[in-house]
Amino acid sequence: MLTLNQTLEEILTLAASHFKVAREKLSPDDDFFRTLGINSLQTLELLTRLEHHFQIELPDYELQGVSDFRTLAQRIQARL
Amino acid sequence: MEKFDGQAVSWGLTDGIVELALHREPCNEIGLLTLEELEEFAAALEGLNNQAHALIIYSSLKCGFSAGADLKELFRISQEMDRNEAVKGVRDYLERIHRVMNAIDGSPLTTIAAVHGVTFGGGFELALVCDLIIADKMARFCFPELRLGLIPGFGGIPRLKRDLGNGVVRDLLLTGRSFNATKAQQVGLVSQTVPEGESLKVARATAVQLRKFDRRTAIAAKEFIKPIPYEELRREIEIFCELFAEPAVEAGLRKFAESTGTQPYLP
Repeated sequence: MLTLNQTLEEILTLAASHFKVAREKLSPDDDFFRTLGINSLQTLELLTRLEHHFQIELPDYELQGVSDFRTLAQRIQARL
Repeated sequence: MEKFDGQAVSWGLTDGIVELALHREPCNEIGLLTLEELEEFAAALEGLNNQAHALIIYSSLKCGFSAGADLKELFRISQEMDRNEAVKGVRDYLERIHRVMNAIDGSPLTTIAAVHGVTFGGGFELALVCDLIIADKMARFCFPELRLGLIPGFGGIPRLKRDLGNGVVRDLLLTGRSFNATKAQQVGLVSQTVPEGESLKVARATAVQLRKFDRRTAIAAKEFIKPIPYEELRREIEIFCELFAEPAVEAGLRKFAESTGTQPYLP
């Protein structure tokens, strides 16, 4: 099973690749809405990509109030 | 009419396949304009039924199939009326959209929804009237209505009940959560999950395949296996209108219409 840091790294790599942001510009405590410049529909797209990548189901209400990559990684880690 | 280019939807007939494209920015919200054009489509469908064997409904917008009812328009219009008038207006709107949905649901054509991205609320309900749903792997389905103090109003619950086990229906409805195409296929909602950007292509290939079958047999099979739940659809309109009269709905609509947050869809 992945460690929390590995999960976090995979999220950052996936987000950078999909939203075409340099990986080195993303940090674990960044507000991903602001850093990636994504709206609500793109957030759903990110959620779907993360579910496919980690092969999990992540109910969207679990993401309520989550805006940084580290907390997102913790929520995903709990589902692995 | 074999071809129509509207502001919200367009359709055309080619080689026995009718294609209905949704293209109202930002994400195919279903308001009065879309309803009027869908009514034109439903009227034209009767003539098209004799010339075609299949219907494909898809969105040409990148964001997805449809974000559902146009809640901002609903809020704006309902603010211009007193509550009783607003409820009456909503009932009239629901009666009209139900007639459109029932016309597509009961069409003798074999109907395919080719969906991608956001397939929420009324958009999800439009997909549910089709015989088959072919989903891009990035499609996402949701009934978020409870957060507004409402239930789905375009026939969603009776048609979900027709297709799925009640546990899944309750999960979708009572939690308001969204789920992806893989999950949707696992529970029996989606017939095929396809790679990104391929849903329309696969729907077209499927529609070509359907041409090989005898039409009378296909129509008989559809009528046998897919009855329209008219009684429950009527009950849905009644419950929706009862709930719409509650003050909580106005507050929920206002919150959504005025939201500038990044997650307005979350319950």
